[in-house]
Amino acid sequence: MNAVTVRGGTRMGALISAKNLMVVRDGKSILNDVSLDIEDHDFVTIIGPNGAGKSMLLKCVMGFYKPEGGTVFRRSGIKIGYVPQRLVADHTIPIRVRRFLSLRKKVTKDAIVNAARETAIEEILDQPLHVLSGGELQRVLLARALLDDPDLLVLDEPAQNLDVSGQLGFYKLLDHIYAERNVSILMVSHDLHLVMSSTKRVVCLYHHICCSGAPHMVTRDPEFISLFGDDMARLMAVYNHSHDHAHGHDHDHHHHDDGERHAG
Amino acid sequence: MGMTMIITITTTGNAMPDDFILRAVLAGVGVALVAGPLGCFVVWRRMAYFGDSLAHSALLGIALGLLYGINVNLGIIIVCSVFAFLLVWLQQRKVLATDTLLGILAHAALSIGMVAISFLETARFDLHSYLFGDILTVQTSDLYWIYGGGVVVIGLLLANWSSLTLMTVHEDLARAEGVNTVWSNILLMLLMTIVVAVSIRIVGILLITSMLIIPAATARGLVTSPENMAIASAVLGLLAVLLGISGSVEFDTPSGPSIVTAAAIIFAVFSFISVLLRRRRSSAS
Repeated sequence: MNAVTVRGGTRMGALISAKNLMVVRDGKSILNDVSLDIEDHDFVTIIGPNGAGKSMLLKCVMGFYKPEGGTVFRRSGIKIGYVPQRLVADHTIPIRVRRFLSLRKKVTKDAIVNAARETAIEEILDQPLHVLSGGELQRVLLARALLDDPDLLVLDEPAQNLDVSGQLGFYKLLDHIYAERNVSILMVSHDLHLVMSSTKRVVCLYHHICCSGAPHMVTRDPEFISLFGDDMARLMAVYNHSHDHAHGHDHDHHHHDDGERHAG
Repeated sequence: MGMTMIITITTTGNAMPDDFILRAVLAGVGVALVAGPLGCFVVWRRMAYFGDSLAHSALLGIALGLLYGINVNLGIIIVCSVFAFLLVWLQQRKVLATDTLLGILAHAALSIGMVAISFLETARFDLHSYLFGDILTVQTSDLYWIYGGGVVVIGLLLANWSSLTLMTVHEDLARAEGVNTVWSNILLMLLMTIVVAVSIRIVGILLITSMLIIPAATARGLVTSPENMAIASAVLGLLAVLLGISGSVEFDTPSGPSIVTAAAIIFAVFSFISVLLRRRRSSAS
């Protein structure tokens, strides 16, 4: 078994570099030889069926789960903002958005106001959490993650519990933040069609990395098709098509070599 | 047993009224000030049943304390801590649901405690005063325990306030932001252990949980921030203690039930007021 080292690497290459991660739980292999690099101003979307180890991969990357094998290099001084799947605001806890944002964070009033402006929650700063809608709560969580001016945003199915217009709104906001800030994004999302335009790289995970690469490459990958079915691939192809027209270029040269990776 | 209570209160009450009332009030004030803020977490994190079970297991601590001649408060803290760790360990194994585990542990500890007490030579063991509290039994040394324990509890709560509150709002988020949630949960349990141990003299094993949850539940309707809820619940607990103790002295009633009755009346009054206010507000808009 490999020794696990999580250290702030000095290499300026990747923001985060996870190599050959192995996670075993109750005798079952959750992650099997998973490697993932996140560059500066990267946008990586992880897709995969339920129980594929997506959340576990995020935990390993953020450093709050120690993998049984493999290494995670994190650039020293890296700041990571985490946006969980949902916030179930409990009526029994009286707390306003403003106070929630300042819990455990050393933030100035200005920082809160700025993050609130960026995520369009200025109007609800003095509302109690438990009266907010799902979309508002997700924006509040995003604002909290942005407070430290992070180098990397980690989002775990952030729009899972939103309705369609809520999802569109959230991803639009995320696009905007990605465009405006020097931040990398690592996100688990099933809404690939909605994040296609900004995603640089899709990682298809099922305990191992089935395929990864630029969105339009991945959807043609036989592994993707076997995992998500023909229909999904075709659906993606349609989105890809319109995306190609809109932007007319491929973002990426670096990641193509990843496109051929087949683990296992 | 109720009769003996009343008789003892009257006789001792006549003997040295000032001292015992002063000690009782000081003890009650200390308990209220500590139980209020901690009680907020009990309400938020739904630990009421845990608190009840912890209190039941305290009887075993009392029995061991009396059997081996160690301080009863210390006995309670030791047994309750073992109880808490045993519970956490069994929870991790995920074989049975938490409420089932609590039921097993609490009643086993209570029964073992009763069995142990029956071995005690001293027939003068007043079970009633442990179950429902007895302000007459408050010694000066108990005040040291209450205020010493209180300073520890409030200090640790203040030092960990943000982490504990964040964990309460969103456990995963707290973990992702570096809060050691396992440790924080254990901390809350240990703080409850201390509060249970030092409050038994005042409110008794059966009623301790109510001192944690009734003032906090009353405070919930009045505030909009977690900090204010902690303060309001300490103040409301204080009010309940003062009303309860004066009632207890006035009507020769057991102290624990008197305090909890006062707390329940305060809860009812504030609930009624807040319902009225809400109705008024909604009809106005």
